[in-house]
Amino acid sequence: MNESRDSIKDIWGERTPYREEWPVRQDQRTGEEPDKWVQSACVLCSNGCGMDIGVKNGRIVGVRGREGDRVNHGRLGPKGLHAWVANNSTDRLTKPLIRRNGKLREATWDEAMDLIVQKSKDIIEQDTSLGLGFYTSGQLFLEEYYTLGVLGKAGLGTPHMDGNTRLCTATSAAALKVSFGSDGQPGSYTDLDTTDAILHFGHNIASQQTVLWMRILDRLAGPNPPKIVVIDPRETYTAEKATVHLALKPGTNVPVMNGILNLIIQSGNIDKGYIEAHTTGFEELKKIVSAWPPERVEEVSGVPALKLREAAEILGTAKSVVSTVLQGVYQSMQGTAAAVQVNNLHLIRGLIGRDGCAIYQMNGQPTAQNTRECGADGDLPGFRNWGNKEHVQQLATLWNVPLDKIPHWSPPTHAMQIWRFAESGTIKMLWISGTNPAVSMPELSRIRKILKKRKLFVVVQDAFNTETTKYADVVLPAAIWGEKTGCFTNVDRTVHISHKAVEPPGEARSDLDIFLDYSRRMDFRDKDGNPLIQWTTPEEAFEAWKKCTRGRPCDYTGMSYAKLSEGSGIQWPCNEKYPYGARHLYTDGVFNTDINQCETYGHDLDTGAAVTEQEYKVKNPAGKAFLKGSDYLPPHEVPDEDYPLWLTTGRIVYHFHTRTKTGRSQQLHDAAPDGYVQISDEDAAKYGIREGDMITVTSRRGKVTEPAKIGGIEPGLVFIPFHYGYWDNDKRSRAANELTLTEWDPVSKQPYFKYAAVSISKEEDGMLKKIGKSIETLTEKLKLQEV
Amino acid sequence: MHIGKYIDLVHRTEKDLVDAFKVVAKAHRDEVDIEQTCLLLSSWSQQLAQIMEPVANRYNKENDKEPDRLTKTLLKKARKGSMAMLRDLHDLYLIVNEVLVCCTILKQGGTALADEELVAVCEEIEQQTTRQSSWLMTRMKSAAPQTLIVAKP
Ligand code: SF4
Repeated sequence: MNESRDSIKDIWGERTPYREEWPVRQDQRTGEEPDKWVQSACVLCSNGCGMDIGVKNGRIVGVRGREGDRVNHGRLGPKGLHAWVANNSTDRLTKPLIRRNGKLREATWDEAMDLIVQKSKDIIEQDTSLGLGFYTSGQLFLEEYYTLGVLGKAGLGTPHMDGNTRLCTATSAAALKVSFGSDGQPGSYTDLDTTDAILHFGHNIASQQTVLWMRILDRLAGPNPPKIVVIDPRETYTAEKATVHLALKPGTNVPVMNGILNLIIQSGNIDKGYIEAHTTGFEELKKIVSAWPPERVEEVSGVPALKLREAAEILGTAKSVVSTVLQGVYQSMQGTAAAVQVNNLHLIRGLIGRDGCAIYQMNGQPTAQNTRECGADGDLPGFRNWGNKEHVQQLATLWNVPLDKIPHWSPPTHAMQIWRFAESGTIKMLWISGTNPAVSMPELSRIRKILKKRKLFVVVQDAFNTETTKYADVVLPAAIWGEKTGCFTNVDRTVHISHKAVEPPGEARSDLDIFLDYSRRMDFRDKDGNPLIQWTTPEEAFEAWKKCTRGRPCDYTGMSYAKLSEGSGIQWPCNEKYPYGARHLYTDGVFNTDINQCETYGHDLDTGAAVTEQEYKVKNPAGKAFLKGSDYLPPHEVPDEDYPLWLTTGRIVYHFHTRTKTGRSQQLHDAAPDGYVQISDEDAAKYGIREGDMITVTSRRGKVTEPAKIGGIEPGLVFIPFHYGYWDNDKRSRAANELTLTEWDPVSKQPYFKYAAVSISKEEDGMLKKIGKSIETLTEKLKLQEV
Repeated sequence: MHIGKYIDLVHRTEKDLVDAFKVVAKAHRDEVDIEQTCLLLSSWSQQLAQIMEPVANRYNKENDKEPDRLTKTLLKKARKGSMAMLRDLHDLYLIVNEVLVCCTILKQGGTALADEELVAVCEEIEQQTTRQSSWLMTRMKSAAPQTLIVAKP
């Protein structure tokens, strides 16, 4: 293996301090010398690093970072450098499978697709298309999402379509809509180059978006390093570099943010002119946060008043601030309300729409932004408002279908509700693409029960056999990144093209081809009797998508495959006004809240009640941003006598999702071979637990057994990474989501993975032997992992 | 003066709502969001009943007999299943809106009497009750198509 650096040992590599700008450093890892390099970008997190795929004799043999790319300046992290080997894995799915006599058996594409079509038609005949549900991903390409969105909304006319993005990024979209009227990240990664202060809120960026963290590490190593505030219950890699680290109790994000906003308002560090000219709701916000003096925040959240003051001082006085928010906020109590408080921080200080000032309501997955834009989740394509007839009419005209074909007569069904309908039996076919709910959804015993239901017809489209394909009636083998062409958009609105580098294995097909095939077989037609979907290639799909975005905030009309292939990443909006894309949205302080423009009329942050068009008209924000506050609501499950500890779940640096790709890289696997349960020194002493002891963690919903890892966490809290399921080890119950709860944020409908009440106990010695793992090696491995 | 009757009506209905929301939460706990939101809204009604207490006491003598309340006929006990859930939310909606109507009427009376405390209480109730009502409407709308159209297996 030829590699420019060992990213397993040294995750972020050598420092290349800022010299005016961020220097280039090309990271590369190849097995053999490639014959050619093919332009692409990384799909192992939402950062969207530009990369080239090295190809030799029709096989992927390595990757290198693209030096000219605006996102990474040549760098790649451990996942990006290693996970490409999964493409070449010998256990790829290569043929469709159909369940016959209880067993999945190989079948032809015709047999598989005909069966799906027959089932769809039968269900529609009896129950209309309300009997069909689609659960997709944050990892397909935009051409695929748009095609799925069109066939679902204008072909079938079902509101039951969502992605696993509901688990990762729904709150990002919801928070942006609440404050600014529509989805769309206001800032740019380049803001990190100059900013004076950074807030990481529930975001362990050092482990999740390693390359973005390199950008920050290089700022810290250069002149005028920014100050960093980290809000996170754990002592993560990110927290280690913090100027101030606020280690709060689970479920107390809102009190802490309210406390910070209160201090900033009290101290007068606000931009009155900006508030007056560009926002609405300041007085109410002020009233709500004024109930949160630092002492009360300390009482509720455990964050010392002094530390809160320090954080507020930094965030209140820095001339520019970049804030990043992720799962610690999104997947916890009051997710949307808490995320919105970060938007409020920027609004009341006027720190938005210019260099050095950004809010990244981060996405988890590489293409999650596109699930949201293209209508493959609950939203209408192009950030259109399903409550606005005019917006729905635009789509009806574009697709040439009757207005009422498009399911705007009901709010779009969010993923948790789709699963509930499947549970209660009114969704009868569930088509899952590019995701593994049998490990990633909360409360797995319930999910397995649903998937096993005899009357639920389950289609799973994936590249590998997973814990979910096990329950499928039909499995469709999918081509993945490197085996198909398409585009995707990262957190700072940068669109990359990823070209096909090699052929997919066996009979595997791209998700685009599968959706197009379904659409043809279902014979979806427009009003004039022509095929509803007329594109057949990714580029044609992209051109169709461009038309759908014209005049919308996510305007792609100025892009083309050729233009995307010439450079290395273009930010939307890209149109006549911004032919090379735009770094910032809202540079003039005019937001997308105008009634004709907005993507939603809004929701009550505490209940999720929808604001009606009439009510919105009365408020008429007309381009002003909303300042919306929320008071504290305690979590629904809290530790008690039976379950005395808090559980929180999360990610580790070497893996992505349920490890379908990263688990197939020997190096990534060796670096983090197994799950673990992290507990504090205090709790370890209390329960007599030593490093590496097997611990059983129990909640009201299930049980897992994991080796113990001691330290780096607050007493009373336990942490389990959620990546580990059963495809490569089914010897013990180990998926963190066996323990988590079925409940969700009222606005974004994102489930809560960040708190649950659990108990722990040490396994008997006999059990240890049964597990058959050597504690010593495990302990050693654990030590290498993140504290 | 009949104002005491209306105050009593709102006060008692609000207290009924505390229980009604709880009943619906319990009956439909498989619908997780219904359970949790109904419990939250029950706690709001609890607070509203409390802030009403002093005014209700003040006008106590105006009130000769217990008024008829919607809660007497609606939602005696909650039922199971998706159609039942829709009906239960519908019942809650009617009761909540009964409070809203009463409040509008009361506020007029309070203003005419220049009873600032009463008016302030009415405004608080109006605000929170409107939020309750919006949630019920939102949730009914999202449940309606599936409940009305798709047959159970
Ligand atoms: S930071 Fe994300 S996008 Fe970049 S190389 Fe790592 S996993 Fe890939």
